[in-house]
Amino acid sequence: MNRKTLKAAFPYTVPVMAGYVFLGFAFGLLMISKDAPLWVPVLMSLAIYSGALEFAAVPFFFTAPDLIGSFVLGLLLSIRHIFYGIPMLEKYADAGKLKIPMIFWLTDETFSISSTIDAPEDVDKTGFYAWIGLLDYLYWACGTTAGALFGNVVKLNLAGLDFALTALFIVLFIEQFKGREGKFGGMCGIGATVIALAIAESGNMVPVALVIILTALLVGRRWIDHE
Amino acid sequence: MSNVQTILLIAVLALSVIITRFLPFAVFRKTDSLPASITYLGKVLPAAMMGLLVVYCFKDYSFTSWSLTDVSSVLPAAIASAVVIAVHLMKRNTILSIFVGTAVYMLIVNMM
Repeated sequence: MNRKTLKAAFPYTVPVMAGYVFLGFAFGLLMISKDAPLWVPVLMSLAIYSGALEFAAVPFFFTAPDLIGSFVLGLLLSIRHIFYGIPMLEKYADAGKLKIPMIFWLTDETFSISSTIDAPEDVDKTGFYAWIGLLDYLYWACGTTAGALFGNVVKLNLAGLDFALTALFIVLFIEQFKGREGKFGGMCGIGATVIALAIAESGNMVPVALVIILTALLVGRRWIDHE
Repeated sequence: MSNVQTILLIAVLALSVIITRFLPFAVFRKTDSLPASITYLGKVLPAAMMGLLVVYCFKDYSFTSWSLTDVSSVLPAAIASAVVIAVHLMKRNTILSIFVGTAVYMLIVNMM
């Protein structure tokens, strides 16, 4: 990780900065508004580092402790990460000492960028992907801390800034929607999740969508993989 | 809740995420001897997961209300998404597409 890899990686993380600072800010503000001490949202963002789970777990912090319930919720919401690791096995294979933090940093957004964008030929691959992971992590931590510190004081009209993440996913979807594999995978992902949205409760939507996606991908393999 | 209980709760939540993030890397240690089905999934999953994330972003909007003045309506997000797609297909510039789409969305939700 050096200046050159940072310079190459930073532009790709700008949309994540917009989304993470905004959502992290909202999360920090939410926890403080419920009278949590400052260190709680900050430690959550540093240790859990999963926006979806942090927001979903908020009620667990203001009732009697339910460790098993929160663990099950955490696993259910996080199963999608298993699907992120598989495409990244090769890109992260030679990461050495950085491999463990890089896997820890593999959020939805870090995966989206790192799986879609190939490191430029003339920069170190590991440094490039490590910077994407670290920068995203810092955006989330800074956003949370700022929200917890200043949320009640600063009033900024940033409503709608979180659409940056939706826009990021749409753009990266278009980039992935190429070739037989990309088109088939993309159609499975959209179709399966629309079905899951229609048939499942919002808490179960992601696991249901993942089951349908995996089934569709494996069934379709015989005519995607052999031509 | 005591501080110790809070820290335990954070640790349990963190553990659940860490297990799912590290599992594939722990199971498939050598990338040169991956089963063919895993290599195949590695190729089709990125597009599939991006499709999932796009649809997931729309889960909290109302699809029955098509009004710009209704904060829960899907319409502002639908318009902004169309802008993102159009700009991206024309210019293929990631930052530009996201910037224009987000600006359009923020304008709609803050003006209406």
